[in-house]
Amino acid sequence: MAEIAYREALNQALAEEMARDPRVFLMGEEVARYDGAYKVSKGLLEKFGSARVVDSPISELGFGGLGVGAAIAGLRPVIEMMTWNFAILAMDQIVNSAAKIRHMSGGQLRCPIVFRGPNGAGGRLSSQHSQALEANYAHFPGLKVIAPGTPADAKGLLKSAIRDENPVIFMEGELLYGVKGEVPDGEYLIPIGKADVKREGTDVTIVTWSRMVTAVVLPAAEQLAQQGISVEVLDLRTLKPMDEAAIAASVKKTNRVVVVEEGWGYAGFGGHVADFINRECFDDLDAPVGRVHGLDVNMAYAENLERLIQPSIPRVVEAVTQVLYR
Amino acid sequence: MPIAIQLPALSPTMSEGRITKWLKKEGDKVNSGDGLAECETDKSNLEIEATDGGTLLKIVVPAGSTSPVGGVIGWIGKPGEAIPEVPVPAPAAAPAVAAPVAVAAPKPVAPVAAALVPSKPKPAVVAAAPVASGERLRVSPLARKMAETQGIDLGSVPGSGPNGRIVKRDIEQAMVAPAAKGPAVFRATPGVRAAPEMLPVTTMRKVIAQRLTEVKPGVPHFYLTIDVEMDQALKIREEARAQDLKVSVNDIIVKATAMAVRKFPRINQVFAGDHIEQLRTVDVGVAVAIEDGLITPLIKDADQKGLAEIAAEIRELAERAKRKALKPEEYTGGSITVSNLGMFGIDTFIAVINPPQAAILAVGRVEPKVVVRNDQMVIRQMMSITLSGDHRVIDGAVGAQYLQELRTLLEHPLRLVF
Repeated sequence: MAEIAYREALNQALAEEMARDPRVFLMGEEVARYDGAYKVSKGLLEKFGSARVVDSPISELGFGGLGVGAAIAGLRPVIEMMTWNFAILAMDQIVNSAAKIRHMSGGQLRCPIVFRGPNGAGGRLSSQHSQALEANYAHFPGLKVIAPGTPADAKGLLKSAIRDENPVIFMEGELLYGVKGEVPDGEYLIPIGKADVKREGTDVTIVTWSRMVTAVVLPAAEQLAQQGISVEVLDLRTLKPMDEAAIAASVKKTNRVVVVEEGWGYAGFGGHVADFINRECFDDLDAPVGRVHGLDVNMAYAENLERLIQPSIPRVVEAVTQVLYR
Repeated sequence: MPIAIQLPALSPTMSEGRITKWLKKEGDKVNSGDGLAECETDKSNLEIEATDGGTLLKIVVPAGSTSPVGGVIGWIGKPGEAIPEVPVPAPAAAPAVAAPVAVAAPKPVAPVAAALVPSKPKPAVVAAAPVASGERLRVSPLARKMAETQGIDLGSVPGSGPNGRIVKRDIEQAMVAPAAKGPAVFRATPGVRAAPEMLPVTTMRKVIAQRLTEVKPGVPHFYLTIDVEMDQALKIREEARAQDLKVSVNDIIVKATAMAVRKFPRINQVFAGDHIEQLRTVDVGVAVAIEDGLITPLIKDADQKGLAEIAAEIRELAERAKRKALKPEEYTGGSITVSNLGMFGIDTFIAVINPPQAAILAVGRVEPKVVVRNDQMVIRQMMSITLSGDHRVIDGAVGAQYLQELRTLLEHPLRLVF
């Protein structure tokens, strides 16, 4: 087990899956000769050649559709979106083609494709480039949505995503690429749809995913521990399908929940988590489910305002205090 | 939606209160736990704390006016939120003179279990009065389920959550409370001994047991020491002697130990992993040193036996213990053990719990000591008792209350007669 960065873990997953299955190829803007905008595909062109590591024109709808067609035709494309902000242009291919083709062909066609790229704020990139868009994709039947928060989870889940027979939305984090962590060498698969308890606790459960895990929630849990509050941190890792059993087990144990997400709260994914808990864990609740999320505004460019808009450790601590009635 | 601030019952007998001063202005930001206003009750002046955070939107009952318990005195919410049109009870015109209720000393807030649940002792202060019949009862879903399982009447439980909502901690408190109110007394019918009752291990108990066993494997002990003035107990011994009865200090301690257990049945529990056994008989073990070790024969139903009977039984058991002639049922099980090393000149020590019991008392010698009474130095016959408790079932607060009761009984030994 080596300590490597999130981007290297993704690189390992890509290289291993491309070596394992000749149908796997990578396509996207600057993925080949430039090694990827975030250096995730570093060295892959050299290793696998230009037929399998393909630089695309700046046309998300175009190469997104090319990928969907290739998947239907029998290949296993990994389409890199330079960021999920740009994938908005490819929404029609993702939503209307990839997500629906199996259903609309009566099962005759399938679309094993992975769309991947960074999601969420980067740091002073302003409104158009600082969006956490996972709720959009989780909304559509036919898509799986993965948002790993650690290097090991990134590797294990990307490998599983590439092997999946259905379209997978794989959301990385721009601010996660440099984050380091222990990652198992070689074959390491994490099943899609399994949450992970990142910290055990007894007083309150924080359900979260992606960058919030290490950047906000775990430090907040540490701070709360010093006040004698024992926080259980449940990292969903996969948003769709959601690990309902893991959530229910944790709520049964702690009786109180706060959902923390980087994205907007209004119709955000945390609302879906809260809805599930409300319906299925009602008798185990001692307080209404609390939520911490991005404020309902477009992201500011100014650094101080950017900080205020995003979930922070103090906001998580406050939300936990509230569900504990303290 | 804005939340009504209701006047909490700040004392058991309070029916209304006069707001003497608002500590927050309309528009001020309020955090849960902040003092909102000062309130004069029939007993004293107390602060009303916010149970919710937000902005103080409106003061309904201004300083100097009186509100009944449960009356809305203000509203908390988000800035700009409209306040619902609810009939607000009109504040009483003149501050009513409190009925001449005997003024009791402020109730001590039950000490919180050692370091485990560092909750502030405020629930007692903010708790709303139990809701009168007909009103909607606010209960968290979990608290409702717990009350059902535990057979607790929700109407009698004060709620400490927002809007007086009954939450988990209130049910937990109600589960402990019966011990303080009136002990469930299980008197043995002659010839019949009540079987133990199975109690569920609550989530909190489970966590306490798990954590403490991690730190102190086996039986996680905790210790509490109390000093007892034994002058009166020694007089009882003299009285017995005058009647040609041999009653030792230890016999008196055994009797008091048993009676205090009857009052605090929580001491009389056995942690059995997935459940807790609530014993319904009070059997006190007495540690007897024998040639190559020690054994703890039981004085069964010690809470129901007279001092002379206990004294005779202890002597008889001790004598047979020394001959190693005890039957297993005479030293197996039991509620609690008394270990006395006073005769060896030991002042204070710590004993190891005798499983499956949940507590043991380590009793030191009775010694004249200079103590302060009414600002005067006086000489009293002092003795120290150290309780070792099984923290999986007993918490510090319960152990402390038990020792207080034991001390009271020993300092007022006439109570042992009742």
